[in-house]
Amino acid sequence: MPNAADRVFKALADPTRRAIFERLARDGDLKVHALTARAGVSQPMVSKHLSALKRARLVRHRRSGRETHYSARQESLAPLVDWISGYGAFWQNKLDLLGDVLERMDK
Amino acid sequence: MTNPDISTRSVIVEKDFPHPPAKVWRALTDRSLIEQWLMKNDFEPVGGPAFQLRMDPVPNWNGIVDCQVVTVDPAKTLAYTWGTLGLESVVTFTLTPTDAGTHLRVEQTGFRSDQDAAYKGANYGWQSFLGKLEGVVAGLE
Repeated sequence: MPNAADRVFKALADPTRRAIFERLARDGDLKVHALTARAGVSQPMVSKHLSALKRARLVRHRRSGRETHYSARQESLAPLVDWISGYGAFWQNKLDLLGDVLERMDK
Repeated sequence: MTNPDISTRSVIVEKDFPHPPAKVWRALTDRSLIEQWLMKNDFEPVGGPAFQLRMDPVPNWNGIVDCQVVTVDPAKTLAYTWGTLGLESVVTFTLTPTDAGTHLRVEQTGFRSDQDAAYKGANYGWQSFLGKLEGVVAGLE
């Protein structure tokens, strides 16, 4: 069973889906037809992408009458931030090793 | 609501060394020294030719980082591209002399949200690489 990071990365690996997510993150609460107007794909495709984003817990929805509003869950980006900070940890480790090399060069 | 701004990010790591810049520069640009702290390599300390950094392959990653030097300013600045797992980034080493030795700043730029393979790479390759790295580092202690 995929973990949270797998779900987030897989969901955002699709460019159309990522554009929908970024639009929600930027513009906040939107309805499907507002998203469809800019997504460049049909409304059923937008709905399909929204379902995938919901499964990845990147998007939440609320109903208001007959309309469904979607918004981004900012906290769900944590795995992406972890990926970047992973590089930070990588360089931290490497510079520690560099320090050891510099010590050995003295001898 | 906070703006996630995942479009472009960078990683900055800084460290002070009790050694002069010329010596730190050697460790950054000499193949056998680079191998001792970073990775196996065929580094060329001149702008232009491509070179590779190589680790042992791990599942879903061939262990290769494709690089190309973009800036060489001896004992001051070294920058090269860093391409692996779909990530297209640039690593810049900046050396500043201090009373005690050298202040080294490493900045890696280009973590962009539109790099499909980077997401996939982070998913399939990078995490296992980090796990391996932790094992290597733990083994040193």
